[in-house]
Amino acid sequence: MSLTAKDKSVVKAFWGKISGKADVVGAEALGRMLTAYPQTKTYFSHWADLSPGSGPVKNHGGIIMGAIGKAVGLMDDLVGGMSALSDRHAFNLRVDPGNFKILSHNILVTLAIHFPSEFTPEVHIAVDKFLAALSAALADKYR
Amino acid sequence: MVEWTDAEKSTISAVWGKVDINEVGPLALGRVLIVYPWTQRYFGSFGDVSTPAAIMGNPKVAAHGKIVCGALDKAVKNMGNILATYKSLSETHANKLFVDPDNFRVLADVLTIVIAAKFGASFTPEIQATWQKFMKVVVAAMGSRYYIGILEYQQAPEICLANAAFSH
Repeated sequence: MSLTAKDKSVVKAFWGKISGKADVVGAEALGRMLTAYPQTKTYFSHWADLSPGSGPVKNHGGIIMGAIGKAVGLMDDLVGGMSALSDRHAFNLRVDPGNFKILSHNILVTLAIHFPSEFTPEVHIAVDKFLAALSAALADKYR
Repeated sequence: MVEWTDAEKSTISAVWGKVDINEVGPLALGRVLIVYPWTQRYFGSFGDVSTPAAIMGNPKVAAHGKIVCGALDKAVKNMGNILATYKSLSETHANKLFVDPDNFRVLADVLTIVIAAKFGASFTPEIQATWQKFMKVVVAAMGSRYYIGILEYQQAPEICLANAAFSH
């Protein structure tokens, strides 16, 4: 389900509106994922505190959302743009790519909470497609 | 068997008590038809679903959204026995309506997003976790009668529920 020109412009416009709160959204989405999908905690067993709002969760959520924000500018070639991160997730972190869908869902929930009027159905479909394409690009190098 | 703590049961009742099905039902079904357009295959008789505006303004979509989401009330009132509660609805969807059971998960996820938008920050991560557990059980129960031809599911429907609990 490739990104149309309209999808890209909707995602870019929406990201422009949320960029000031991107760190907060990332931290909250990660916290929600760890709480509602406890199987994902296995990847963070080295953190002392996995609760929403903890230091490591806030920090790492910001890092993730920063990378996603960069990917908004790379939508014309997500596979190329995500290549280094894909290597990292494939060979270093070895995160099962099924988890990308889980984090994406929690990002959508967090966006709906913080931007209830901007996160219209039209924005929802474009962002959902973008996150799916991003997840595929992140999984590209796995095998 | 699915176990619910007292805290989980009261969380689900509290969330459901604040949901206005006449508002949330149409919003959720409409959003499913927009975000996952292939789901429109089930609604050929509903008239114009050609644009997001047409979908959100379509009275048949709205009416059906109220029915579909309203059926969650049965689960809220029978949390100890959701599997049995949805047995005949599951059979109807499998054998008469021919609905792909993946759609139950899709609707559950979109409903969660619509509820999150309504509730805002009061839909905390912990409340979300409990609500999603409830959704998972409902989705598994709605899919349960699709597998009755498979012996292991006949003998142990709880396995079907447990397996469903680990997929997304």
